[in-house]
This record gives sequence, C-alpha cells and structure tokens, in this order.
Amino acid sequence: MFRFLMKGMLRDKHRSLLPSIVVTLGVFMTVGMFSYMKGVMGDMLNNSARLESGHVKITSLAYRGDVDILPNDLALENGPELLAMLRENYPDVSWSERIKFGGLLDAFDENRETRAQLGVGGIGIDLFGPDAGDRDRWDLGSGLRSGTLPQKPGDILMAEKLAGNMGVAVGEEVTLISATVNGSMSLQNFHVAGLIEFGIPPMDRSMILADLNDVKLMLDMGDWSSEILGFLPLPYYDDALAAVLCDTFNTVHSDPMFMANDTLTFTANLENDNIDRFAPYMMSMLDDSNMREYYTYATKAGSIVSFVMIFAMGIVLWNTGLMGAIRRYAEMGLRLAVGESKGHVYRSLLMESIGVGLVGTIVGTVLGLALGYYLQEVGLNMGDMMKDSTMMMPTIIRARITPEAFYIGFFPGVFATLLGAGLSGLRIFKRDTASLFKELET
Amino acid sequence: MKNIIQILFLGSLPALLLAQPDAAEILRKIDKQMVTESAEATATMVITNRRGRETRITSRSWSKGETTSLVEYLSPAREKGVKMLRLEDVLWMYTPQADRVIQISGHMLRQSVSGSDLSYEDMVDNGKLLDIYDAAVVGEEVFNERPCYVLRLRVKEGVEEVAYAQRKVWVDKERFLPLKEERYAKNGTTLLKIFEIRSVMKIDDRWYPKEMYFKDVLAKGQGTRYIVEDIKFGVDIPDYMFSKAALRE
Repeated sequence: MFRFLMKGMLRDKHRSLLPSIVVTLGVFMTVGMFSYMKGVMGDMLNNSARLESGHVKITSLAYRGDVDILPNDLALENGPELLAMLRENYPDVSWSERIKFGGLLDAFDENRETRAQLGVGGIGIDLFGPDAGDRDRWDLGSGLRSGTLPQKPGDILMAEKLAGNMGVAVGEEVTLISATVNGSMSLQNFHVAGLIEFGIPPMDRSMILADLNDVKLMLDMGDWSSEILGFLPLPYYDDALAAVLCDTFNTVHSDPMFMANDTLTFTANLENDNIDRFAPYMMSMLDDSNMREYYTYATKAGSIVSFVMIFAMGIVLWNTGLMGAIRRYAEMGLRLAVGESKGHVYRSLLMESIGVGLVGTIVGTVLGLALGYYLQEVGLNMGDMMKDSTMMMPTIIRARITPEAFYIGFFPGVFATLLGAGLSGLRIFKRDTASLFKELET
Repeated sequence: MKNIIQILFLGSLPALLLAQPDAAEILRKIDKQMVTESAEATATMVITNRRGRETRITSRSWSKGETTSLVEYLSPAREKGVKMLRLEDVLWMYTPQADRVIQISGHMLRQSVSGSDLSYEDMVDNGKLLDIYDAAVVGEEVFNERPCYVLRLRVKEGVEEVAYAQRKVWVDKERFLPLKEERYAKNGTTLLKIFEIRSVMKIDDRWYPKEMYFKDVLAKGQGTRYIVEDIKFGVDIPDYMFSKAALRE
C-alpha cells in the first residue's frame, strides 16, 4: 500500500516535489533561524561569563554596592584563603580570581616625557600562576596579533586598536597611572609583550591585560581579592544551578543579617550599621551583570519569535497540505466511485502527507543544521556595523546548534502538513456517493 | 516714649556701623598669618579610609611666593621619594618607582591626594584670599571657645580657575586665623569641603595652624588630619630646587 502510494507520488510531481520543496524551505528557515537566535543569546551569556562575571561571582558586600566605580579598596580580605576553601568545598566549580581597574596609560619618549596618554580599563588575571583554566578561558593565543603572550612579571597585553591609537609598538615600555587601594596615585611601568584583538569593540578600544600579582602590587592590595569568579562545569550558563550555588554559599558565608533582609534593596540593606560590609557575597551572572530582566525579556521574545516562525511556517505548510488535497478533489471522487472506501482514501491522503512532510522536514532540517553549523563555525562578521558599539558583544555573531534544533522543524514540517491534509480531506466524508458520477461528469 | 527710643536707636546706628569690622581688612590679616613668602615645613597627613583604617604620610615641603612649591614624601616606604612640584598653575608629579614626571592638570587637580580629603589644589594652595575673594562680615559666633567673625567670601569677577567659588569662614577675632571654613561650589549651596584648625602654634609673632582637619563632604571617608610637625619661615631656598630636572635628583 505504502509502496503503491509512494510510486504514485513520485510519478506525479505536483503531489510530491512542490509540497516537499515548500516543506523543505519552511523547515530550513525555521531550523536556521532557531539556531541563529540560540547562538546570539548563548554568545552574549558566554561572553559575559568569560569576560565579566563568571557564572557566579564573589565580592564583598561593600564592593558589590559600589561595583560601578571598581572600588578595589573595598575588596575581600584573605582572598587566597577564601579561594582555597572554595576549591576544596566546591571542587566541581572552576574558581578564578580577577581584578578590574582603570587608569591613564601613558606612552613616553626617550626623555621619558609624555608622548600620548589615554584612559584605559584593565583586568588582572593569573597569567603565570596555577590557574591555567582562566588562561584557557581567555584563549589569548587566538587573538594575538603581534608580539608574544606575557612571558614574565611586568609584561602586559594591549588591545591592538588602543596601541594603534597611542602609537605604541610591541616591546615598548608604558606607564600606567592609577590609584592604590589607599587612594595614592600609582605610576607603574609595564612592558608591552603583545597586541591582541579581543573581538569585542569596547575592549578593543581601551583594554589591557596584566598579571594578577602585578596588578595587586600596583594597587597595593596585598592579599585582598576584588572578584572571585566561579564557572560551572557546563558549556552554557544554567541559571537554576547558579541560584542554588549562590543560596548555599551565602547562607553559610555571608552576613546572616544581610541575608535575612530580603525585602530591602541591596544598597538600602547595606546602610544598616550592624551589617559586616566586608563579608563575602555570591551573585549569579544574571544578577551581577544586571541582565536578569534583559535575559527574561530576550528569552520570552526569542520564544515568541520562534513560535511565530513555527506558527507562520505551520500556516504555510498547512495550506500546502490543504491545497494538495483540494487539487485532488476529482481524483478522490473517482476513487470513491470505483469502490474505494472513504476511510481508505482519507488514510492514504494522510499517509501521503506524512511522507511529504517527513521528506521535506528531514531535508529542511539537514539544510538548516548545515546553515547553523556554518554560522556556528564561521559566523557573521558584524565588525563594521559594531565598531562604535559599547555593548560587550563579539563582532562575529555565531549560531549555536542545540538538541532542539534537530526536532524543532518537525512541528511545522510534519504536523502542520498533516493537519492541512487532514482538514481538507474531511470533505471526503461529506461527499454523497450517489452523486459522484454526476460530479465527475462536470 | 516711642520717639525717645527711635532717637536713641538712630543715634547709636553710626556707632554700630563703625563697630562692624572691615571684611577686606580681616582678609588682609588672615593672609598675613597664612600666606608665606618662603617656608620649609615637615607635616604628617593622617588619613582615615572607608574601612576606618589610618594611614600616615609624612612629607617635607618648600614654598617660595604664592605659586612655587615642592612637596616630597618621606614615609611610608611605598610613598617615599614621591615629589610634587608646583610652578605657577602647573603641577608636576614625580614617582621614583616609574622614574616618570607626570603633569597633573585639569580635573586631576581636584583629585584626592593619596586618598586623603585634600585635593592637589588644596595641597599646594598658598594664594592670598584678598586677591581672589570679595568678603562680607555676616555675623559673629564663638567656635571652639574662640570668638569669631563670620565672613562670606565670593570669588571676584574676572577671577577664574578657583577651586571654591564661595566660602563661609569663621575667623578668630584675636589671632586672625580661619578656624573653620565651609567651602562651596559655584552655586553657593553645594558644600564641597569642611576645613578646621584644631590647634595653633606661635612662631615669633605669627600664629600658624598646628593641626588642621579636612573633610571632603562628597567622599565616604572619615576626614584627614594635617599636622605641621615643624615649620620655618623666611628660609632661603635655592631656585634650582623648583625645577623639573631637580625632581629626579
């Protein structure tokens, strides 16, 4: 029966080729767009985690309260002890220490007089210590454009564009003018080991990377730690897991009075004199980056877009099924007239639509995944459009193939086509067998 | 009876007016005490940071006239050898760690010095109030058990680049030292800094602050004490000390 139906379909291109192409195109667009949207959102979260906040971040309560001004004078004391405790008690999470700082970068001539000066942001990471995980996370080698990665204390990496703007070359010495945690002006010379492209416009305009210990020395921080970042053992951010981790840690290690006051805002709660403002506090990435609202909105918007896309494709493909069945009105009549039962005709119609839907969906999914894979590996370079952007978004936008991408196309591809054929085929049951020949004569 | 009171009041008005001191004269007397032709001093700044911890920075300073001065940090070890040189309106800073001389200008002049409540402008300020401000006596009060004139100072027309456009000053009636100052922004209502003289010393016939207190109202710290350990007036300071080249020596 199935073989008979398939043979008929293949011989009649109007019944097979055209509907299959329409289904293929619809599924291809659905899968491609779905992967692209997943990629954009995933890239944003991954970048934010990698460069900014980890999946969770620990700071002092006071530091968190003034986080916008990088208050390193409010950092956590006994950072190494806290880090060791975290690595022992939460071994599945990868913990890294970082220091963010700002200052003026001063390039000088042979008389040590200022030649160029620009405001910069900097991040101190463990370049030479045991935290190889964080070095891997930054993947500095792939962004290196000239020179080498830092080889010794005092070496820094400088954004290539920033170096170009200041006329600084690899091998030069530059002075960073900043302020210590005591508020004293600090002037520290660094050797530019290499120039790097971060691929994120705001960082490429003004960022330097230095060794964590060099930065601590420069800022006179001793064993203080500004930020300790935790990365969950997952390729992507899991908000529920991060929330559980934060609750567990804060209940044990943060200030109990602060934790009890969940009705007040963070800043208002800090005003309480009885609170230990220098107690550690863990925040999930979405809360740390103030991305929760945006994330919720973007997730909802993404779901709505996906739904609309699937729904629109469903309408198109349902219509394809509908048209296919209506076009064959006479054929159905003839088949009924020669004695084929209504149920049999209807079932064969549904079988055909499943066949068309499956073929179109499989081909469309394969093509959609191929497009997704290409965008995942190569990406779309939006560098020119984003050169003045202040968002921490990469210039290359990539798609991401998720397990859902393998089956999402089946909803519009198979079910909508089947529904279209099913609804239009209902008319078969309404036809009066006695008047079939009369109908066919006309 | 009513007329008699009126006559008595009107009759005493000129006497009241005569008793009101001349504000410009008060400023002239303050300048005489506070502004030095040349001086060499050792001072300690006690800074209390946001964690409530104290840092003490000791410095030696030399000044010549109103616009030339040099400050060198003596301790703590991390700050030792840091120098600040003011030549006219330009401030230069030298740090031995980086062996660099950096010009501090524009908004950086208003930055905190070493986390204290003093700005670089405050640190090297030796200008005469009389040249910068128009003054008016607005009352008399007792501050720290010392009778004071209360003056309202407003920047003179045509004078630009002033750190504080308005000041309210409590001036010791006897010693003509500004025992307390409220320093305001241009609008006259935004209080930027509070300055107090907490103890004084007499050197020859001149009263001079021994311990001062600065509080940057916009900062979260607990204020800065500035203690003059010793000071000599009228010292002969060679000109070469006030040069950029000498900073590296």
